[in-house]
Amino acid sequence: MDKMSGMFAAADEKVFQDKVDRDIRIEPKDWMPEAYRKTLIRQISQHAHSEIVGMLPEANWITRAPSLKRKATLIAKVQDEAGHGLYLYSAAETLGIGRDEMIGQLHSGKAKYSSIFNYPAISWADMGAIGWLVDGAAILNQIPLCRASYGPYARAMVRICKEESFHQRQGFEILLVLSRGSEAQRRMCQDAIDRWWWPSVMMFGPNDDASPNSAQSMLWKIKRFSNDELRQRFVDVCAEQVKLLGMRLPDEQLSWNAERQQYDFGPINWEEFWNVINGNGPCNKERLTARVQAHADGAWVREAALAHARKNAARQKKEGEGKAA
Amino acid sequence: MNENKTMNPITNPITNPITEGDVQSWPLWEVFIRSRQGLDHKHVGSLHAADAPMAIENARDVYTRRMEGISIWVVESRFIHASNPDEAGSFYDPANDKVYRHPTFYDLPDELKHM
Repeated sequence: MDKMSGMFAAADEKVFQDKVDRDIRIEPKDWMPEAYRKTLIRQISQHAHSEIVGMLPEANWITRAPSLKRKATLIAKVQDEAGHGLYLYSAAETLGIGRDEMIGQLHSGKAKYSSIFNYPAISWADMGAIGWLVDGAAILNQIPLCRASYGPYARAMVRICKEESFHQRQGFEILLVLSRGSEAQRRMCQDAIDRWWWPSVMMFGPNDDASPNSAQSMLWKIKRFSNDELRQRFVDVCAEQVKLLGMRLPDEQLSWNAERQQYDFGPINWEEFWNVINGNGPCNKERLTARVQAHADGAWVREAALAHARKNAARQKKEGEGKAA
Repeated sequence: MNENKTMNPITNPITNPITEGDVQSWPLWEVFIRSRQGLDHKHVGSLHAADAPMAIENARDVYTRRMEGISIWVVESRFIHASNPDEAGSFYDPANDKVYRHPTFYDLPDELKHM
C-alpha cells in the first residue's frame, strides 16, 4: 500500500470506528474494515447454519408428538427456525457473500454451526429441554445482538428474538407437564435436563481468557457481553427456574454465593466441547449427511422452478411483441 | 447518472454474486410489507425466488407468519438504484443551510394562538 492510500484507509477506519462508538449503525454500502466484514460473514452465516441444522433434532419428533397441539406447536417452531435461517442468510448476503457459497461452506464442513445440535434428541422430554435450555441460552446470546453495530444483522435479530420467546415458553411447558405427571414421566424429564444442561452451558463458548477474538468484537460492538458474563446469567436464571419443575440441574457444585450474589457452578468439560466442535460429537456426521442429502434431493425442484420461470418470461415477452406488432 | 451512483444498495457491488443470466441460482428479491391498511410498505428483508409469484409466496411464509402484513411488494434486487453513502455530504448539502424551512425558525409572540 502506498502512503496516500494508507492515509485514506486510516481516515476511513477512524470514521467507521467513530460511528460504531456513537452507536450509529453500519449499513451495507458504508465503508467498513475488511476484517469487520469477514468476522460478520463468519458469525452471521454460522448463526444461520445453526438455525437450519437446529431443525433436524426436532424434525424427528414431529411425527411422534404426543398430541395434535404439541405437533402443531413443533411444526410452527421448526418453521420459525427455517425463517430465522433465511433472515440471517439474507443479512450475510448484504456483506457480499452468495447464498450458494455459504451453503457450500456448511456442506464441506468449512463453516461451523452450534455444536449443541450434534447431540441426539432421544425422548419427547428432549423437546422440552431443548426449548427451555437451548433456546433459553440462545435468547441470552441473541438479545444483545439486537443492538449489534451492523444494521441488517441487528434488524434480523430483533425479529428472531420476538419469535424465539414462544420457543422457550413451549419448552418449559412441556417439562412442566411432565414434571407433574407419572413417576416415569418425571424420570424422563430429569433425564432430559441431565443430558442437555452441560451442552447448553457450553453454548456460550470458551471462557473469556480462551476467547482471543472477543476483545475486537466488543470494540466493533458485534459483541456486547463476554461469554462468561452471559453464561453466569444463564446459570443464575436456570438455577431458579428448575425449582418450579421440582427437578435438579446435574451439577453437585451448584450453590448460591451470597457474597457474589450469583450461583457458583462446577467445571465445564472443555475437552468434550472441542471434541464436538471438531466433528466427533454423537451426531455430527448424521446432521451433515441429512443436510447434504436434503439439498441434493431438492436440486431438481430448484432447477425446474428456474426453467419454469424462464419459460414464462420468454412467453410473456413473445406475447408482448405480438401485441406491439 | 454515472454507473457508480446507481449501485445496488443491498448487495456489495464489488462482490455481488447475483448476476443476470446466472444459470445456477434463483435471483435475490427485496421484500416490502404493508403491516396494516393506511401505512406505507416498508422494507423488511430479502429472499431468493425463481420468479415474482414465488417471491410473493415465499415472502408470505418468511415475513408474515404472525400476521405482520396485509400486502406484499417484491422487486428483484438488481433493479434497485441507490444513492452513494460516500457522497452523502455533498449530496444532501443543499438542505443543510435552510433552517427557514422549519416552522420553529420563525420567532413569534407567545400570545399568538392556533398557529
